[in-house]
Amino acid sequence: MKLHFSRKQLGLPYAVFLVCFVAAPLLVVLYYAFTNGEGRFTVQNFANFFTSPNTIGTLCYSLAVAASSTLCCVVIAYPTAYFLARSRLRRKTVLLVLFIAPMWINFTLRVAALKEVLTVLEGNLAYHPFFNTVLGMTYDFLPFMILPLYTTLEKLDNSYLEAAADLGADAAVTFLKVTLPLSMPGLISGVTMVFLPSMTNYVILDMLYNSTYIMGSLIGSYFNAYDWHSGSMISIVLLAIIFVITWATNGFGEEETSRGAIL
Amino acid sequence: MTDKRQKPRGAFFRGGGCAAGAALLAAFCCLCAPGRSAGAAQKDAGEQTVTLRVCSWEEYIDEGGWDEDEVISLGERDVFGEKPLVKEFEEWYYETYGVRVNVEYSTFGTNEELYSQMNLGNVYDMVCPSDYMIMKLMKEEKLEPLSEGFFDTSEEQNYYVKGVSPYIRDVFEENKIDGKPWADYAAGYMWGITGIVYNPREVSEEEASTWSILTNERFYRQVTVKDNVRDAYFPTLAILNAELLTDDAFRNRADYREQLAAVMNDTAPETILAAEEKLREIRGNVYSFETDSGKADMVTGKVLANTQWSGDAVYTMDQAEEDDFYLCWAVPEECTNLWFDGWVLLKDGIGDDVAKKHAAEAFINFLSMPENAVRNMYYIGYTSTIGGGEDGLVFDYLNWCYGAEEDESDTVAYPVGYFFSGDNEDEAYVVTTSAEQAGRQLAAQYPSWEEIGRSAVMNYFDDAGNAAINQMWINIRCFRLDMLSGAQWAAAAAGGVLLAVLVLRFALKKRGYHQ
Repeated sequence: MKLHFSRKQLGLPYAVFLVCFVAAPLLVVLYYAFTNGEGRFTVQNFANFFTSPNTIGTLCYSLAVAASSTLCCVVIAYPTAYFLARSRLRRKTVLLVLFIAPMWINFTLRVAALKEVLTVLEGNLAYHPFFNTVLGMTYDFLPFMILPLYTTLEKLDNSYLEAAADLGADAAVTFLKVTLPLSMPGLISGVTMVFLPSMTNYVILDMLYNSTYIMGSLIGSYFNAYDWHSGSMISIVLLAIIFVITWATNGFGEEETSRGAIL
Repeated sequence: MTDKRQKPRGAFFRGGGCAAGAALLAAFCCLCAPGRSAGAAQKDAGEQTVTLRVCSWEEYIDEGGWDEDEVISLGERDVFGEKPLVKEFEEWYYETYGVRVNVEYSTFGTNEELYSQMNLGNVYDMVCPSDYMIMKLMKEEKLEPLSEGFFDTSEEQNYYVKGVSPYIRDVFEENKIDGKPWADYAAGYMWGITGIVYNPREVSEEEASTWSILTNERFYRQVTVKDNVRDAYFPTLAILNAELLTDDAFRNRADYREQLAAVMNDTAPETILAAEEKLREIRGNVYSFETDSGKADMVTGKVLANTQWSGDAVYTMDQAEEDDFYLCWAVPEECTNLWFDGWVLLKDGIGDDVAKKHAAEAFINFLSMPENAVRNMYYIGYTSTIGGGEDGLVFDYLNWCYGAEEDESDTVAYPVGYFFSGDNEDEAYVVTTSAEQAGRQLAAQYPSWEEIGRSAVMNYFDDAGNAAINQMWINIRCFRLDMLSGAQWAAAAAGGVLLAVLVLRFALKKRGYHQ
């Protein structure tokens, strides 16, 4: 007898997973976000988010951490990926693996190691909490920036560059007008993968002793105080922000690819 | 020779971090499987097996499997952890009472996590939370009182009531919630105080013997403080009230203990406001708030002092000693936080099930056998509430740990009679120990009577007080825009404008291509 599964049946495990671990918890979060302690509907939590100096301050701090980390990642990852993808090195996969390898090691272990190194370098970690946090995030998320950049730059057709040279563009202009725009999809996907998690990854802050809250730790502290409602509301607003960013960048991304095809 | 104990075998956690995640998980589990445990319990009762659902701290009971060279020889008796205590209890209960009992043992990481788990539908028969959570549960009438039989000293198997330290017994009698003493509902398990572990090469004993080390600028960014609001609020109150607390007139008042407790449990709005300001100053001066990493940071020398629970302090000093690095222990002059973890029975779980209640109380008694108390102390490093009563085993263990060698010259007498017999003058309970131990592990494990004298229990605050200190905690941890200086505002604005220009240019240019 031959087993035969229809497409629908094959999708079932994931559908079950989706309902149980994504949709259902999300509904619970939504319920808590828009109710008060007595279980009645309220938009008070929503109003609190935008009127409390704590949430607004924390949001700005998280954005600053995320933006700085992303910028550092781009500055480090772009030249690296460019060099790796465009060079004629024969063993560049080995090099690439070297850059990706840290991802295979548990990240708490890596951050713990970073903590020791920074202690030796700085003498006392607690003097530079913001700097350390950005460094930790950069260290942790760098592979997520390198990989998509490498993939797009690797695929870049050399004939465009030759055409640009033929038409009289020098190296700098070629890079700005051809290479950079064509690598935009990779850059955007890298930015999304670094920016969003670094807004909430409070484990790195905890481990590197930055005692200022970011969004993730703020949610946790409300939950610890049994205030499910405020915590859930912050999660929902954060979700909305992330959704908008992803949607906006994805929009760019699709246009980019289609433009690549037209060209 | 200072300390014969090998290092405790587990890393233990009294503070907490991941409560939220666990709570969400628990919420989800209860959605999926409502009433599962209750059904299983009923079925088991029919088969004459009692199921006991126990929830306690992580790494808070001896799990057996000791190496053979770990046998503790105390006089003619050997203490050795072969099997996990939970397993041994099941066997002991069957041998003693002829009833099979099946212990379902689970753990929690923080009191708040336990409370969430219970509220989200997990049913337990007995749990082991800290003092303030016991008070909260008592207040909410969730606890089943211990039966009269449990306190019958003539009963041979009543190891708890026969072995509990008279000092602990009194504390459990004196502290009341709604007129009912804790002792009616709770049996002590482990206890201790809070204090400061410090590096004696950099910090003097005097500097460490006050909570104001947290604001001492000489140790800028070199002292850690606990990362939870209750354990941070206590030292803050002590600093705010230092003058009063160290005043002899205050100390000599007849109602000193009550007054002290009132000061250290003050949640009036203006006190919380003052505490917020002080805590912000502390935050600006300390190395970090930490839950568990402070122990390692002390041992590796990253910080010079940290606030610590006595059990963890013992662990920290032991660990440092292995690297020939000496750390000391000081109890602040102002006051210290006396804490307990105790076993309580839950109404939800026990219900009217007499067999279950009997097994639960037997479990407490089993853990209170002097051998088992010693095993637990050896395994987890905290101090048991069991003194042993007429059985001298626990005191022998204390001597085995800290007693001076016979040829040692520089020794001191360290009385612990208050704990073992209720009389600190009792000459039967004096440890002769090396002079330095009096400021190290021994003092952390069994505080001196004088230190106990200035201790206060931190109560469970009412809902309003609790909400206020939680809000204060969030306030001091969050970044606020008004913390930015003019230059920082300018830099942020410039960055924002630059980003906006870049994005706009990119977007406009692209539209240009399409047209």
